[in-house]
Amino acid sequence: MTAVEETEGRNGALPPWVGRLGRLLVTLVITLVGLLFVTFLIGRVVPIDPVLAAVGDRASESTYHKVYLELGLDKPLWEQFLIYVNNVLHGNLGESVLTNRPVLDDIADTFPATLELSTFAILIGTCVGVPLGVWAAVRQGRLVDQIVRVLGLVGYSAPIFWLGLTGLLVFYARLGWVAGPGRIDIAYQYDVERITGMMLVDTLLQGQWDAFWNALSHILLPGTLLGYYSLAYISRMTRSFMLAELGQEYIITARVKGVRESRIIWRHALRNAAVPLVTVIALSYGNLLQGAVLTETVFAWPGLGMYLTNSLGSADMNAVLGATLVIGAVFVALNLLSDVLYTVLDPRVRRRG
Amino acid sequence: MSVMSREWLLTEQPASRRQAHVGQAYRTWLALRGNRLAMVGLGIIVVLILMAVLAPLIAPYDPIQGGDLRTERLLPPSWQHLMGTDDLARDIWSRVAYGSRITLMVVALVAVIATPVGLLVGTISGYFGGVVDTVLMRITDIFLAFPQLVLALAFVAALGPGIENAIIAISITSWPPYARLARAETLTIRNADHIAAIKLQGASSLRIIWGHVVPLCLSSVVIRVTLDMAGIILTAAGLGFLGLGAQPPQPEWGAMIAEGRQFIIDNWWVSTMPGIAIFVVSLGFNFLGDGLRDVMDPKARK
Amino acid sequence: MSGALLTVDNLRISFPTRQGRAEVVRGVSFTLGRERLGIVGESGSGKSQTGRAILGLTPPPGRAEADTLRFDGRDLRHATAADWRSLRGRRISMVMQDPKFSLNPVMSIGRQLMEAAARTASSRTEARAKALAMLEAVQIRDPERVFHAYPHELSGGMGQRVMIAMMLIPEPDLLIADEPTSALDVTVQIEVLRILDALVKERGMGLIFISHDLRLVSSFCDRVLVMYAGRVVEEVKASDLMQAKHPYTQGLFRCLPRIEGGTRPLPTLQRDAEWAR
Ligand SMILES: Nc1ncnc2c1ncn2[C@@H]1O[C@H](COP(=O)(O)OP(=O)(O)OP(=O)(O)O)[C@@H](O)[C@H]1O
Ligand SMILES: [Mg+2]
Repeated sequence: MTAVEETEGRNGALPPWVGRLGRLLVTLVITLVGLLFVTFLIGRVVPIDPVLAAVGDRASESTYHKVYLELGLDKPLWEQFLIYVNNVLHGNLGESVLTNRPVLDDIADTFPATLELSTFAILIGTCVGVPLGVWAAVRQGRLVDQIVRVLGLVGYSAPIFWLGLTGLLVFYARLGWVAGPGRIDIAYQYDVERITGMMLVDTLLQGQWDAFWNALSHILLPGTLLGYYSLAYISRMTRSFMLAELGQEYIITARVKGVRESRIIWRHALRNAAVPLVTVIALSYGNLLQGAVLTETVFAWPGLGMYLTNSLGSADMNAVLGATLVIGAVFVALNLLSDVLYTVLDPRVRRRG
Repeated sequence: MSVMSREWLLTEQPASRRQAHVGQAYRTWLALRGNRLAMVGLGIIVVLILMAVLAPLIAPYDPIQGGDLRTERLLPPSWQHLMGTDDLARDIWSRVAYGSRITLMVVALVAVIATPVGLLVGTISGYFGGVVDTVLMRITDIFLAFPQLVLALAFVAALGPGIENAIIAISITSWPPYARLARAETLTIRNADHIAAIKLQGASSLRIIWGHVVPLCLSSVVIRVTLDMAGIILTAAGLGFLGLGAQPPQPEWGAMIAEGRQFIIDNWWVSTMPGIAIFVVSLGFNFLGDGLRDVMDPKARK
Repeated sequence: MSGALLTVDNLRISFPTRQGRAEVVRGVSFTLGRERLGIVGESGSGKSQTGRAILGLTPPPGRAEADTLRFDGRDLRHATAADWRSLRGRRISMVMQDPKFSLNPVMSIGRQLMEAAARTASSRTEARAKALAMLEAVQIRDPERVFHAYPHELSGGMGQRVMIAMMLIPEPDLLIADEPTSALDVTVQIEVLRILDALVKERGMGLIFISHDLRLVSSFCDRVLVMYAGRVVEEVKASDLMQAKHPYTQGLFRCLPRIEGGTRPLPTLQRDAEWAR
C-alpha cells in the first residue's frame, strides 16, 4: 500500500515532470548557445573578409571602414559573439551574397520544402520500418529477418546521391514512372498559392487535384529514397529492441495468461519497445535533414539542403552558417521532443520525474 | 616467452594479463572466422588495400591524363576500357583503382586523428569527473547536436575545399561518439582496485590515464571506429560529390560521380562505376562491422 | 484424489551452452491430483523451469522433453500453439516468481488484470468487477487505486499479490505458484495461503507450490518434492518430512533456524557430488 500512497502524497507540490522539463530546457539553452558559438567560430576562421563580402571590392576606403565598425570587427571576440547572439535572437542572420536577401527570409522560403520531403520520408520509414522490424524479430533467423538485414546493410553502404542519380536514370529517364527533378511541373507552379509552403498540403488545401498528383509524382522518388534510409535504420533498431523485449519475463506472464500471440507482440512487446524507439525515430528524422542535403542537390529540390549547397558553391558564409544553425537547432528540438515523448510513453519516468 | 601456440592462446588460466588479452582477441578472431559475411567484408577490405598498393600495376592507363578526346571520349565498357571512359577520355577503371588510395587515406587519417582525440577527451572526462567532466561532455554534446555531414560542410566551407580540409572536417565531427564511449568505459574502471593501487603509489593522473585507463578503453573504441568506417567513406564521398572534398582532376570516387552526373542519361557508366566502388567498399566495412558486433555481443550469439 | 490431474514422467530440460547442451532438469517425474504439492530445492535446482515446462513455456533455445506429460487426460507433448492457448490461463496458470520483472512495466495493473479476466468474462464491466474483487480477495487494501497504478508504483509484496490475483481470476484447474509468498508479511501470507487452500479443497484445484521455505511447505502442502541439481532426490508426504531419508533433505532440515536457540556454530549444508549424478 505504501508505494501508491507515497506517490499520491506528493500531489501538493509541482508534478515531478516539471522539474525534468526544467532541466531539459536548461540543457537546451546551453546546447543552443554552444551551437551559436560553433557557427560563430567557424565564421571567424573563414579566410573571406566579411567586410569585403558585404561592400564588394570596389567600395571606397571610408565605406570599408564604416562597415568594418558596423560589423563590430574592432571589438574583442567575446563582444563580437554577444553581438552575434543578439543578432540571431532578433532573427538577423545577415544577408545572403547570392540572393541579396536576408538569410532568414531565404530559410523561411526553403525550409517547408525540406520539411515536406523529410516528413514524407519519415512516414515511410516508420510505417514500413517498424512493422518490418517487428516481423523480423518474431521470425528471427528466417527470410524476413535476412531481408531486414540486407536492407539495412545496403542502406548503410550505398551513397544516397548515387542511388538518387541511378533512380532518376531508371525510373524517370528510362521508365518514365515518376516525374523528374523539382517539386512540381512548371505548368502548375504559378497556380499553386503558397500557404504552408508544402506542395502536397497546399495543393490539397486549394483542391487542385492535378497539381497534387503532379507534386506527388515529384516527391515519390526522392521521398521514397530518403524513406528507405530511415527504414533501414528504424527496422534494424526495432528488431533489436523487440528481441530484447520478447525475452523479458512479462512476456512469459502474458503467455501464461493465454493472451493471443499477436496481442503479445503488438500490445505488450512493441509498447515497451516504443519507449526507446521514439528516440530512434526522432534521431532518424534529424538525420534525414543531412540526407536531404545530398538528395535535394541531386533532385533539384528547392529546400534548405540545396540552399546550403548552393551557398557553399559561392562561399556565401552568412547563408551557410544560417542554414547550419537552423539545421542544428531543428536537430536539438527533435531531441527535446523525443525526450518529452519518452516521458509520456514511460510511466516510470512520467510519474517519478 | 613468445611461444604463441594454440594452447597458450586458448588456456582457461592465463598467466598474465597480456596473455588474457591476446587470448581474448584470438578467440574473437576464431569466432569471426566462422562468420561468412564478416570474412567477405574482410576480403573486400584486403582487396581495397591491395588495389591501393598495386594501383600503378593494375591500372592500364593514366588516371589523370586522358586519351584522345576525339576518339576515346565517353566510350562504354569494353575489353579496352573495363569500365568505359569519361568525358575527358580517361579510363574509368584506372581512375577507380587510383581512387582507392584516396579512400583508404581518408579512412586511415580520420581514424588516426579522431580516435586519440575521442579517447583523450573521454578518459579525462570520466577520470576526473566533476567540473571537467561537465564541461567536456557539454562540448561533446554540442558537437553531437549537429548532423555530422552538415557540420562537416560548414567546416569545409570555412577552411576551403580540398581533400585535406575534408579530412580535418570529418575528424572534427567524428570524435564525439568515441569520447562518449571512452568516458563510459572509464567510469566503470575508474574505481577498480588496481587503479586505486597505482594512485596510492603516487603516480600522476596523466600517467594513470595514459598508461592504464586508455589501454583498457582502446579496444572498444577501436571497434567502434571500425563500425563507423563505412560512414566515414560515405561522408567523404558526399563532400567530394558536392565539390568540397578532393578537387579535380583527382580520381576521388564521390567527385567522379558528380562529374558523370551530366552524362547520366546517355552514358550511365561514368557515374555508376565509382558509385559501385563506394558501395562495395562500404559494404565490406559494414559486413566486417556487423560480424564484429555479433561476435562481441554474447546475447546475439547462438 | 480422483485420478491424476497431471502426470509428468522423465522430464528433461536442456539449454545449449558453449560446451554443448546442458541439462538443467534431468528426469523429473511426479503425479499430481487435486492436492497441494510442494517443490523445494536450492536456487538453480530447476524448480521454475519445471513449472514452465508444464505450460510449454521453456524459453528458446531451451528444450523440454518428457516421456509423459499429461494434463487431465490430454497429452501435452504434441500440443499445438492453439492447444496451449486454450489451456493457458483458464486451465493451467502460473504465479510468476518475480513480480518486478513479470509485470509489464508500461501497462497499468488494471489492464493486465482485465486481460486475464477477458477470457472468462462476458463484458468489460464484468472483467473489471472480477479484477477488483480478486484484488480485494488477496488483501489489497485499496483495489481501485492499485487498479490504476503501474507496476513500479507497487511494493514487492503488493506486486506478488497482484500476480496471484491475476492468475486466479480465470479460475484454473491447476495452479503453479512459484514462490508466491516470499515477500509477504506473515498475516497476509496466511490469508493468501487460505485462499489457495480453499480453492484446492472446494474447487478441487491442483496446486504446485514452489518454495525455498521448507518449513512453510511442510506445514502447508500434502506432499513435497525435494529437488537438487535438476533431479527429484526425495518425494515424501509432508507429515513424514522429518523422517526424510535423503541426506540433502536431512541437511536442509538441520539448517532451519530454531527458536529455542539451536546449534552453534551455525550448521553448514554439506553437499555431495554423488547426489547430482
Ligand atoms: N534461459 C536460460 N538459459 C540457460 N540456462 C537457464 C535459463 N534459464 C534457466 N537456466 C538454468 O536452469 C537452471 C534452473 O533454473 P530455475 O530458474 O529453474 O531455478 P530455480 O530452482 O527456480 O531457482 P530459484 O530458486 O533461484 O528461482 C539454472 O541453473 C539456470 O542457470
Ligand atoms: Mg525459480
